[in-house]
Amino acid sequence: MMGMSKIVKTMVSVALPLTLIYGLYIIAHGHLTPGGGFQGGAVVASGLAMLVVSYGSVWTMDRIKEKHLSSLESLGAFGFIGLAFLGLIFGSWFFNNFLLGNEYLFGMIGEGASNINTAGVIPLMNFAVGLKVIAGLFAIVLVMAYATSKKGGDL
Amino acid sequence: MIYNIPYIAVVTLVLIGLYAVIMKRNLIKIVIGITLIESGVNLFLITLAYREDSVAPIYHGSGMRLMSLPVPHALTLTSIVIGVAVLALMLSLIIHIYKHYGTLDAKEIGRKEE
Amino acid sequence: MDKRTIAAAVFFSIVAVFLIFGALFMHPFGDPTEDDMDQYIIDNTQSQTGADNGVTSVVFDYRGFDTLGEATVLFTAVAGVILIFRRLKK
Repeated sequence: MMGMSKIVKTMVSVALPLTLIYGLYIIAHGHLTPGGGFQGGAVVASGLAMLVVSYGSVWTMDRIKEKHLSSLESLGAFGFIGLAFLGLIFGSWFFNNFLLGNEYLFGMIGEGASNINTAGVIPLMNFAVGLKVIAGLFAIVLVMAYATSKKGGDL
Repeated sequence: MIYNIPYIAVVTLVLIGLYAVIMKRNLIKIVIGITLIESGVNLFLITLAYREDSVAPIYHGSGMRLMSLPVPHALTLTSIVIGVAVLALMLSLIIHIYKHYGTLDAKEIGRKEE
Repeated sequence: MDKRTIAAAVFFSIVAVFLIFGALFMHPFGDPTEDDMDQYIIDNTQSQTGADNGVTSVVFDYRGFDTLGEATVLFTAVAGVILIFRRLKK
């Protein structure tokens, strides 16, 4: 897939950091405002798909190999299951919210205490699922765009 | 009966998708029909979660209001992600079929297979 | 009009009659029939999990097992797409 003109490339290089910051804000504040892991991951993945469309899939595939993306996705899935098993080890049952009582790390409860330091293990799970969705959706778009170009496939 | 308009919209989406799956011969149009049925089912799940004069189930710190039910929202999130995964696999299989047979017509592919 | 078109039209009309009959006789919009479980979740979200968002606490804490199944489906789909377009170097 070939790239687009110089005006499109300049505007994408201005709009891409704003989209990434917006998506990471939605992932990080998932327990206070509407949003969460899946929604924020979809926003960041569509910003990276904008990169593939405007710069060309051959240019992007020369700089980002797909095995790095697949290891990032495995890291996200492993983090999610690891947090569930840590709930079994430190608590009593699977998916226990074991960070809920202490005052060091994400522990406070209370009505009207809407800062980030609340809600136990839920923000860490939001980060793991967000990383998994970002890497997975970007890998799907990149592999399918590279296979239909002249260099990558014989279509 | 005028208050059942969301249910009639769901039935319209499902019937249009079902018509596209049964009656069309191009492979891409069949995939679009499957996606329309998926969208109709998601709309039906959201419609079941509404109470009269309610807001989203999120606390702001300014008093207690009537809130909608939060469980069908969670089920709809899962259903949307599964729809995206199935659509990605269907489209890559269609690219592979086109590379192998050279045509996108369902009847031609069935005739070439015999 | 061969036999396949007539069979498809009969099947489509039977499904359409069932769906329209079901849509016109549902319970009225905005009045759910049973909401005891959801009322318990709305009342006890802030004291039991500490999150303000009710939907996130349902997805990750009260029903976290469904999210595990959904993460597995997403992982399998990405693995299948990368597997179809693999090129073996000769």
